[in-house]
Amino acid sequence: MEESNKGFNTGYISAIIGSLIKIKGLENHVRLHDLVKISNYQILGEVIQIYSDHIIAQCYENTIRVKLNEEVINLNEPLSMELAPGLISNVFDGIQRPLKEVFKNFGSGGLERGIKFPPLSRTRKWHFIPLRKIKDKINSGDIIGTVQETQNFEHNIMVPPYHSGTLSFISDEGDYTIIDEIYKLKINSQEKSFSMMQKWPITVNRPYARKENPSEPLITGMRVIDLLFPIAKGGTTAIPGGFGTGKTVIQQSLAKWSNADVVVFIGCGEPGNEIANILKQFSEIINPQTGRPLLERIVLIANTSNMPVSAREASLFSGVTIAEYFRDMGYDVAVLADSTSRWAESLREISGLLEEMPAEEGYPAYLPSKLSNFYERAGVVKTLGTDHQGIGRKGSLTIIGTISPPAADFSEPVTATTKRLVQSFWALDQKLAYLKHYPAINWMNSYSNYAPLIAEWWYERDIDWPEIDIDWIECRKQVNEILSEEKELTYIIQLIGEKNLPDDQQLVLFLARLIKNGFLIQSAFDDIDNYTKIKKLLGLIKIILLIYNEGKLLIEQGILIENFLDSEIINEILRIRHSVKNDDFYLIEELKNKLLKRLRSLTI
Amino acid sequence: MSVIYKKIQQIIGPLIFLKNEHNAQYGEIVKIKTNDGKTRTGQVVKMDEQVIVVEVFEETTGISSENAEIIFTEDTFQVKISKDMFGQTFNSLGKPIDIKTKIALDSDILTEVQRDINGVPINPFAREYPVDIIQTGISVIDGLFTLIRGQKLPIFSVQGLPHNKLAAQIASQAKVISEESFVIIFCGIGIIHDDAIYFLKRFQETGSLQNIISFINFADDPIIERLIIPRIALTTAEYFAFEKDMHVLVILIDMTNYAEALRELSTAKEEIPSRKGYPGYIYSDFASLYERTGKIKGKKGSITQIPILTMPNDDISHPIPDTTGYITEGQLVLSRDLHKKGVYPPFEVLASISRLMKDAIGAEKTREDHADISSQLLSSYSNYLEVKDLISIVGEDGLNYEQKNLLKFGIDFEQRFLNQKEDENRTFENTLNIAWDVISNLNPNQLMRIHQKYIDKYFQARV
Repeated sequence: MEESNKGFNTGYISAIIGSLIKIKGLENHVRLHDLVKISNYQILGEVIQIYSDHIIAQCYENTIRVKLNEEVINLNEPLSMELAPGLISNVFDGIQRPLKEVFKNFGSGGLERGIKFPPLSRTRKWHFIPLRKIKDKINSGDIIGTVQETQNFEHNIMVPPYHSGTLSFISDEGDYTIIDEIYKLKINSQEKSFSMMQKWPITVNRPYARKENPSEPLITGMRVIDLLFPIAKGGTTAIPGGFGTGKTVIQQSLAKWSNADVVVFIGCGEPGNEIANILKQFSEIINPQTGRPLLERIVLIANTSNMPVSAREASLFSGVTIAEYFRDMGYDVAVLADSTSRWAESLREISGLLEEMPAEEGYPAYLPSKLSNFYERAGVVKTLGTDHQGIGRKGSLTIIGTISPPAADFSEPVTATTKRLVQSFWALDQKLAYLKHYPAINWMNSYSNYAPLIAEWWYERDIDWPEIDIDWIECRKQVNEILSEEKELTYIIQLIGEKNLPDDQQLVLFLARLIKNGFLIQSAFDDIDNYTKIKKLLGLIKIILLIYNEGKLLIEQGILIENFLDSEIINEILRIRHSVKNDDFYLIEELKNKLLKRLRSLTI
Repeated sequence: MSVIYKKIQQIIGPLIFLKNEHNAQYGEIVKIKTNDGKTRTGQVVKMDEQVIVVEVFEETTGISSENAEIIFTEDTFQVKISKDMFGQTFNSLGKPIDIKTKIALDSDILTEVQRDINGVPINPFAREYPVDIIQTGISVIDGLFTLIRGQKLPIFSVQGLPHNKLAAQIASQAKVISEESFVIIFCGIGIIHDDAIYFLKRFQETGSLQNIISFINFADDPIIERLIIPRIALTTAEYFAFEKDMHVLVILIDMTNYAEALRELSTAKEEIPSRKGYPGYIYSDFASLYERTGKIKGKKGSITQIPILTMPNDDISHPIPDTTGYITEGQLVLSRDLHKKGVYPPFEVLASISRLMKDAIGAEKTREDHADISSQLLSSYSNYLEVKDLISIVGEDGLNYEQKNLLKFGIDFEQRFLNQKEDENRTFENTLNIAWDVISNLNPNQLMRIHQKYIDKYFQARV
């Protein structure tokens, strides 16, 4: 801060109402959403309203013991994320305070006010490998060099957006901190120095060259999702569900098994033990692809339910900003936000303190626009810049948000608004959870608009079984057919009983049960069942549909359904999900041959 | 030197408005002395250059604009804590009281420390994931919904069910299996006088009184004290857990009274309500209590919470149980039907769950077969309920052999496993053995959720 500006950059507190502070003396000098530092406690706040004779700031920490007339300093910048090596496996709160550092320095385990540590270590050294030479023409987004951040993660050092010029200096390969000078650009005859770190305000989208249509699925390893309600890389999904329906388990499975390169997990207003659980599990579980702990692809943002609400409001955008930075490196990034309802509630609390006119259920009228600002940051993009060989990059940012609707009522404002913004919707159902059917994704209320976009991708990876020649799209169609016909039949069964149905309808009921118990139900805690590769998925569903298709022919020939299969082979099919390992595909193939032989032997 | 105000500008419900004449602290505690000799406590909740708004924790009846002195203490709300507190009962201001007469005693405890009742949020990184069990001696809890040290596991009850009896039983029987010290903090929120006396009597009868600190806010105490008392109880718990290495179990009863007090105050402050008149911040407010649970890396003690609430109109989707269920790690739901059948404790087992249980049970912790048998009990019991529905259609004679087994199992499960006496204290071993006794009504091929080796070891011995 320059000395001459000091007078303009301080004000004083003139009123306190909870986490809102009225400040005088800064009204002509601050910009909206700039940060201020409040009182001797050094509480961080954000300017949210500017009036002719005062401003209103919301504090990211509690305001107990603060007095009127205490000094407020204008920090002259909006809330920004520090982006550099050191993000991976780190844990931050909603305003990027490094929770590990805080704990190391204050062993008490509490989060006191005013603790100020830089988000990323200023002393840790990273091994930088330069990829450009002096006099190279450099544009924004170009990769200057790389840092091996973890054993398997290469962190590209990119030129920040809106900077291009000629490289006038670049460091040799070696160990540097994130604030050491790494390169200089000559921009319009002015020389500007850069370190590995860039800062980016959380409310501004990071620029890219152009947006593209999603065309690849994000494989989750959860069968019900990968087959029936797929999500594309760069897509958006909402997971609404009442308490006890398993939202958190689904989010954690996604963080563990989905094929994203980087996962940003935002624990937003959720209980603290959940974060403790994630940290414990993810440092213990080894990523099968890399042989390293899963934590090495995760960035955690933890603003638990007992931490101040204004930081909770920021946490969603903090997380997505970090995610965009990794997307710009050319990675597939998934943002998991748990839960967006708690975020919306923080908006409502602040709006209530501001005495704004509420819209539905006390939520502010700007809830939809704020939510769409969040979900719109997803997408597949061609990034700015190229690498040293002139090759461009494609990155994707997938957003998966949970919703905690009060009383599991999907007509409430947050669920209803989100539904308009996302392309796929996994409705969790308390009835299924009660029956211990997990994941409790209701197949009648859920949907995904991504199937046509990624059908080609699946087609190229189909397994080659001439006996049951149906592709992924056709499998989906038949499964949906069976499940919706089953639903209609349940009403009839209540009247006439199952045994009185014609054989073709009994076949549908039998198949629906097989699909539910042998395919849709999946245990997140079983070592084999927790993750299904696409080959096993296709094999399993095709075996089930083989019975359907062959069965229809047999029934036409007048063969009774009870003579089709004995309970032993049915049990074998039901056990595939937790007894056949992903790599033992031959076992599924054998079972298919056995089944086919049995069914075809029935033909007269 | 404390600043004293002699004139109040406005009194609206629990709020008094003063003309701002000095530099107060936000959240500062003030004493309001009226000329009839009463002293009340309040807190600064809003201030600007003209006005200081104080929220009074006790009744504002009898305060006039002229008859009170408002003394600023230059401090926030502190509670005095000491090990002398065990075996005693305290009111919402942390004063010892005689529970029979409700009168505050003259004697005071010898204070060891003073702590701010709002506590400090726990750094999520500092939390240790809870994996150690507590034995309550109640089969349905220990066997099916094991309580973990550092867990928050609420009981959802309804009026007319024996949740008080259950709370008293848990308080007097709960212990950790290791020899570490284990204490109970009992916090009654808006409970009626008869219930308070009942609790005290039960604690005396079971000889557990010396292990318990009670905080009681009676039903006719000012509602704003209901918001204070759980915070006092939890601050006390934090001291013993994180500074004295103890395992503390906090029982909060009844959270419905707490939530109603929150609503009443919110209405008085003219805040915009969300569902059913409850304020929009009910989730954050509940979390500020429930989240004061857990374990911290590098510390030996732990805080476990059992909040008990009565669901208005038996409605589990009401904001109070709904909000609670979103924060806590599971829930125990009580059932009217089983209560009518005379089963105690009347647990609706299919609606109940303990989410931290799976990582905390098994060999070396409880017993190797625990996970399998609890999952089998739940699944067979849900089959039993289906069979029971079937009887009304086909009659008992229309059942097949396996269904008849289930019928026997279900009745046995309710009568022997669920049902126990209010002073019956079962060990884990005992609970699991009863579980196997009950299971032995079934055929081995009906035990799909149990590994064969445990069937060989525990089941075969019984048939």
